[in-house]
Amino acid sequence: MQSILNLVDQIETLSAEQKKAFAEWVKAADKNITITEFKLDRTEKVKRTTAILLEETIQELELKRKAIEETNTALQKSLEELKATQAQLIQSEKMASLGELTAGIAHEIQNPLNFVNNFSEVSNELIEEMKEELDKGNKEEAKTIADDVKQNLEKINFHGKRADAIVKSMLQHSRTSNNKKEPTDINALADEYLRLAYHGLRAKDKSFNAAIKTDYDESIGLIKIISQDIGRVILNLITNAFYAVMEKKKLQSAEGGYEPTVTVSTKKIDNKIVVEVKDNGTGIPQKALDKIFQPFFTTKPTGQGTGLGLSLSYDIVTKGHGGELKVETKEGEYTMFSIILSL
Amino acid sequence: MKILVVDDEKDVQVLFEQRFRKEIRNKEMEFAFAYSGEDALKYLNELHEAVLILSDINMPGMSGLELLRHIKEKHHQPPPVVMMITAYGDAENYNTAMRLGADDFLTKPLEFSLLKEKLKAIP
Repeated sequence: MQSILNLVDQIETLSAEQKKAFAEWVKAADKNITITEFKLDRTEKVKRTTAILLEETIQELELKRKAIEETNTALQKSLEELKATQAQLIQSEKMASLGELTAGIAHEIQNPLNFVNNFSEVSNELIEEMKEELDKGNKEEAKTIADDVKQNLEKINFHGKRADAIVKSMLQHSRTSNNKKEPTDINALADEYLRLAYHGLRAKDKSFNAAIKTDYDESIGLIKIISQDIGRVILNLITNAFYAVMEKKKLQSAEGGYEPTVTVSTKKIDNKIVVEVKDNGTGIPQKALDKIFQPFFTTKPTGQGTGLGLSLSYDIVTKGHGGELKVETKEGEYTMFSIILSL
Repeated sequence: MKILVVDDEKDVQVLFEQRFRKEIRNKEMEFAFAYSGEDALKYLNELHEAVLILSDINMPGMSGLELLRHIKEKHHQPPPVVMMITAYGDAENYNTAMRLGADDFLTKPLEFSLLKEKLKAIP
């Protein structure tokens, strides 16, 4: 600045006043420069501080990102574990209901076997007799015996197939669903599981007793369903119905005149098939009604119910078959579940 | 000898009629059939006197054990011989049947040769 002032002083064409004005401009300019320098310096400091802060923030964000990533992995893992547990629970629910069936299956197989064994043995005897009659020349008598043998062979075949169907359904029941819809006789399916459930309970609890009523609409024919899945739903509803009448019977006095009754019926209404399972048992209280299709909800004592039966049934009917599972009940009087399937 | 057979399996009738065809032909035995405990009681109450009753334990409605209790309680003089036949040969069923007064206990699949021997031993 001083050198500029000296320079201005040496210019002879300028008046003293002009020189003074110049000197003041220069001083003002110099002051401005000094202020600007100071500001610049301050900005520089702020910039550095900001850069440091930014760096710290980035580091912090990186840490947070890592933490989130770890949480994510952990969540993914527990989700997988949950899925595995769910699959296990579904399997144990299946096994539990298979357990309920085992005694029924034993009974249902012993009965056809009884016929297979005895009709084949007696047919053997009949053939011997037929030979004797033929030797004696009694052709008519021999023919009558042959008719009996023929009838017996038909019965052996029938009961053999019956045992076969029971074993197959038992295997299907424990197997995971193949999700294939196949033409099924819903009446036969309902009746089979009704018998299995009945004999299963009967075998476990000697005092158990209930009247069974059936009303099957024979006009239904074959309908396309995943038979093992719908079979499980029917079994579950029937087992629940038997449980409800047993509970009610426990509450009755010895000669209360209460007749436990479970009714299974099928009917075709327009384009829909309705399977109804009705019992005159305890009914479902209103406060429990909203929860019955929720997983793990059960009114049974601990260890007796998984709480998955109805929730799985609901999924099978609605998600698996696009149908509806409805309930109608009056506490202390009755419960009726309806499976509604569209054709 | 008049025998009432109680079983909810209808083919039991054909089976017994064939297995005992000689005895039926020779009029040594006469068979009647009931397909439920209720039907059996109705039959007995209508004064058909059956000497022997073979009963399936597991039947819908009245069980064979209940039928046994009814028969032993109500048909005193002389009490009919009751043989139980069941697909469950477990101790609990057996003990209950014996406590209720069953005269014998057989399991399915039924051995008819054994059954015949037992029937012939009844005076």
